[in-house]
Amino acid sequence: MAQKVLVPCSSSSSCGNVQFSPSRVHTQAIAFGGGLSQSSSRKNKSLALKAVAAKGETSAPVTAKSGHEILLFDALREGLEEEMARDPTVCVMGEDVGHYGGSYKVTKGLAEKFGDLRVLDTPICENSFTGMGIGAAMTGLRTVVEGMNMGFLLLAYNQISNNAGMLHYTSGGQFKIPVVIRGPGGVGKQLGAEHSQRLESYFQSVPGLQMVACSTPYNAKGLMKAAIRSDNPVILYEHVLLYNLKERIPDEEYVLCLEEAELVRPGKDITILTYSRMRHFVLQAAKTLVERGYDPEIIDIRSLKPFDLFTIGNSIKKTHKVLIVEECMRTGGIGASLRAAIVDNFWDFLDGRPECLSSQDVPTPYAATLEDATVVQPAQIIVKVEQMLQGLI
Amino acid sequence: MGLLPLLLRGAPKRFLRASGSYRSLYESNSRRRRHGTDAAAADQAVNSRADHRPDDQMLDFPGAKAAFTSRMEFISPNAAEAVPCFRILDDLGRALDGSDIPEVDSSLAVKMYHTMVRLQTFDSIFYEAQRQGRISFYLTNIGEEALNVASAAALTKDDVVFPQYREHGVLMWRGFTLDEFANQCFSNEAGHGKGRQMPIHYGSEKLNYFTISSPIATQLPHAVGAAYGLKMDRKNACAVTYFGDGGSSEGDFHAACNFAAVLEAPVLFVCRNNGYAISTPACEQYKGDGIVVRGRGYGMTSIRVDGNDALAVFKAVSAARKLAVEQSKPVLIEAMTYRVGHHSTSDDSTKYRSGEEIAHWRSVRDPVLRFRRWLESNAWWSVEDEKELRGAARKEVISAMNQAEKKNKPPLSELFTDVYDTLPRNLLEQEATLRDTVSKNPPSLAPH
Repeated sequence: MAQKVLVPCSSSSSCGNVQFSPSRVHTQAIAFGGGLSQSSSRKNKSLALKAVAAKGETSAPVTAKSGHEILLFDALREGLEEEMARDPTVCVMGEDVGHYGGSYKVTKGLAEKFGDLRVLDTPICENSFTGMGIGAAMTGLRTVVEGMNMGFLLLAYNQISNNAGMLHYTSGGQFKIPVVIRGPGGVGKQLGAEHSQRLESYFQSVPGLQMVACSTPYNAKGLMKAAIRSDNPVILYEHVLLYNLKERIPDEEYVLCLEEAELVRPGKDITILTYSRMRHFVLQAAKTLVERGYDPEIIDIRSLKPFDLFTIGNSIKKTHKVLIVEECMRTGGIGASLRAAIVDNFWDFLDGRPECLSSQDVPTPYAATLEDATVVQPAQIIVKVEQMLQGLI
Repeated sequence: MGLLPLLLRGAPKRFLRASGSYRSLYESNSRRRRHGTDAAAADQAVNSRADHRPDDQMLDFPGAKAAFTSRMEFISPNAAEAVPCFRILDDLGRALDGSDIPEVDSSLAVKMYHTMVRLQTFDSIFYEAQRQGRISFYLTNIGEEALNVASAAALTKDDVVFPQYREHGVLMWRGFTLDEFANQCFSNEAGHGKGRQMPIHYGSEKLNYFTISSPIATQLPHAVGAAYGLKMDRKNACAVTYFGDGGSSEGDFHAACNFAAVLEAPVLFVCRNNGYAISTPACEQYKGDGIVVRGRGYGMTSIRVDGNDALAVFKAVSAARKLAVEQSKPVLIEAMTYRVGHHSTSDDSTKYRSGEEIAHWRSVRDPVLRFRRWLESNAWWSVEDEKELRGAARKEVISAMNQAEKKNKPPLSELFTDVYDTLPRNLLEQEATLRDTVSKNPPSLAPH
């Protein structure tokens, strides 16, 4: 089946040599499969004719009818299944992942195919099955630990920080921990505070961990495969509202680079850095902005730790303005450290302060109006970009 | 069943009287009414049960299948007697009557004794070294040498060990050299840990001894994970994890035990119940009968053993290992022992226990001496051998210490390696910045 495999770069230091390839521009093919804010997508339908998000050369090798359409959760499942078939040491553990197929169907059918030892249903103790995944990884397996919600993995923080992050270092490099910790996070639709956490930033300081966030079926599958193949502990953040996103992805096998950002829309006026669900809000806002004559360059940073400063820097050198749009909280969020990195590295190329749109520093409320006000909305993005490009801030 | 149809059709009683098995029909009309047409079969079934309880008095909830009782009776918190403790040798190293000595020949016994003495010697010299300021921290195994060495001797090289931190004897048995121990304690460039971990946090991938991590009991779920991997590979090996009486209070202990039992993972949980968790005595750590009774709570085989009796530990761990590997089941072993030394060099245990208590366990109840007495009773050891071994061990340890102390500390390049499999860009930049800072500043900032 697979003739050409896009091989991932083995470290971020070699990432810089990878050229931007048009094949990674897939925004055209995405259809919103429901679950996202219905009202705003209805509004933007009237602008659809002009809103060709990908500009210029969009001669993607993936032609209109090749590849297959898939929902994001299924793309994750496909990636996981391919890796499990390829490498017998890959196994999955978590609550309800086996016979039930996973709360979000990411492991559907895998227990039937690979057996219920390799797709293991565990009792309820996040700290323990994360620890178990770490122990199994240290003794030669490649474990994928599923948290039913990333918020629950806070119960496993000790294992993630003190053990997954540290043991390769403190053992002097003797024991490696190729574990993937994944699960849905982010603000959903009225799921309550504990199930609507934006905690990418909680783990970002932990030395030894890598973090990636997927946002489309294409990058979800590619990042899942890359994370499993990596020898480092990787946290893969999925978003609870993106599981039903539909996209056409290649039939042939591909693996993405964990440390690489994705140039979603090239432009020259401003660099917008985003990830996960906010990518789609930025794209919605971009339709209006393009209509009004602006030319934003949109980058889905994907790699939350480490940041792909090569791609980001090249963009800033071109546009001289940067806006970060994140779902994380204002205080100590991913945006906060990304801003610092940008200021440290690209100060001379900036025309103004790097701006950041983040969510409120509040636990996510339940009421729909309050919940919407907690996270960044497309309208805010439009206003902010216009302010920045009109020199008002 | 043959006569039953006749019964249904109201057959004359003289036919029924002929068959002895239906006699009970005359005895209990009420039962017949209750069970309807199948009364005969039901009565047969009922009569065969000692307490005459009918079928519908068994509970079959998904959570438990148990008989029910109409007497409300709480289960008392502790059984009338504590779980007995298995031992083979008495306190003076003599085999108890009726005990079954395991197969330990003279060479194995002498090797075990050598290791115990070497461990004791290393502990006392390095403890003093810390006191002299030559290393920053140390933690001894004093009082638990027999438990360490005998349990290690009962395992194979393929069994993977997940220690807490008071199991240096297990590593020593497996072949970690005195130089390697010393290098780690002095965090020099030759240490396996590359100077990253504090003293006594050893780890050796080739000896299947996993790097020690300070937080308590975090290694317990790791052991279950490793056992899961061994089970998947169908290996002739098990995972073994050690922890103390204090460690059994951690949430990870509960979760690991439950997981291991549910998943049927081949793991040995060895609890070194040494009476103290820093200053917390065992009576303030738990209210039940120690840790062994919890095994039943998880559906796990368990045993309590005299941890200061090398032979008993050897025998129990050998049997437990066999069970774990052959039946893929976890086993809980509670080894009763005593922590003779302070918790570590950061502790002064005379603050919470009497000097007499410590002295008693150090001398009269010394497990090493007890084992030596047994060796001597077999004429496998002599006073001359003792003198020679003690002298040689002391010399070797001091030599290893002096060598390790002289070696260089790890270079700056080892600060950033092994955080990931390869050096990412941000760490390369940080290293470059650091080197730049160091080169421009006085020598005091330079490594070593």
